[in-house]
Amino acid sequence: MEWDWNFVWEIMPTLIQGVKITILATLLGSVLAAVVGLGIALARRSPNKALSRTVGFLAEFIRGTPLLVQLYFIFYVLPDIGILLPPLVAGVIGLGLHYGTYTAEVYRAGIDNVPRGQWEAAKACNLSARQTWTHIIIPQAIPPMIPALANYFIAMFKETPLLSAITVLELMNQAKSVANTYYRYIEPITLVGAFFLVISLFSVVLLRWLERRYGKIER
Amino acid sequence: MTQWSGYFGLILQGALVTIELTLMGSVLALIMAFLAGMGRVSRFFALRWLATAYIEFFRGTSIFVQLFWAYFVLPFIGISLTPLQAGVLALGLNVGAYAAEVVRGAIQSIGREQYEACTALNLGRWQGMRHIILPQALLVMLPTFGNNAIELLKATAVVSLISLTDLTFQAQVVRAQTGNTLVPFTTILIIYFILALLISWGVRSLERRMARGLDGVRA
Repeated sequence: MEWDWNFVWEIMPTLIQGVKITILATLLGSVLAAVVGLGIALARRSPNKALSRTVGFLAEFIRGTPLLVQLYFIFYVLPDIGILLPPLVAGVIGLGLHYGTYTAEVYRAGIDNVPRGQWEAAKACNLSARQTWTHIIIPQAIPPMIPALANYFIAMFKETPLLSAITVLELMNQAKSVANTYYRYIEPITLVGAFFLVISLFSVVLLRWLERRYGKIER
Repeated sequence: MTQWSGYFGLILQGALVTIELTLMGSVLALIMAFLAGMGRVSRFFALRWLATAYIEFFRGTSIFVQLFWAYFVLPFIGISLTPLQAGVLALGLNVGAYAAEVVRGAIQSIGREQYEACTALNLGRWQGMRHIILPQALLVMLPTFGNNAIELLKATAVVSLISLTDLTFQAQVVRAQTGNTLVPFTTILIIYFILALLISWGVRSLERRMARGLDGVRA
């Protein structure tokens, strides 16, 4: 079977539709992951042992199980208890929760990397807990985290094709539907790969810039 | 009451496929990691370039797209793969690209004095690599290899979408036959989590074994 450029141009608009949904899901998922991660990181630092243990175990569990199964779980099991979610919302929740457990580690490392002296100085200046966090710890902890967070958001972007399994009409699903309609797989699937490669390469450039601007990624 | 025991047997069969995939994928990933990782630090430009292209390509496109490409596009250019072969190929090549960076990082983390000692002892480049550098670098790589293996285990869930009867696929079968979603999906989430725990436990004990007698040699 030969590569057919006419077919490529014909299916391009459909694929672009898919790219938009893919990017939308990535952006929404990133915001959710950033928030969930902060929540997990703070809960794990909580002096309440029961809370920090439970959240720690849950985060470990989510990180140790496949995103695909979690998506199925959200999409198929929650309706049984009366929570009916549109596919995109279910997908964003899945991405956000899954990557939230990863970003939580980034927050943890960022907060732990603020030197002890800063905490002690805040105490010596008689700052309240709230003031310590907002004026001393967070401003110092955030910049080194930025490249690492961006790294996970790029990883999340590459996981978005999984959303096609729960019927979100993103890039992969659009490609599969045109492939099944015309029974030509070469162009759609290769184009999906090309789209991902191009966007990933751009994001790598962005990541390098973030690294230079805010410091090295810690692995 | 549904006959859960029969369905549980089905899920266990799926678990075997998942384990098989994880093992075979890990072996391929390990081979690719060392080939590409050492290629990245080679003195030959062509090898370095080839390794970089491989790593960037497989890290830049999604595992999902690679799998579909291997399964749906390769047959059109004359290479027909069974779902299992396509799965192992995609998983191994994808995770191998991530692990290759780990190999490169570990090799480069070995101090200059070790390389100088190799020169002083008149060891060839390969001899030095084999007897001096790699044994030390291996210990640095191990923990991250463990994480990569868990990522691979999680990625195996995706092969259910190309009709390979792994855990996730069997859970879908059980769901279709019983109409119950909660039980099969919760079961496989727990099985995945246990497998992930087994991997991290295995890697940790391997690490302890390999680090034996190295106290004080490395920080």
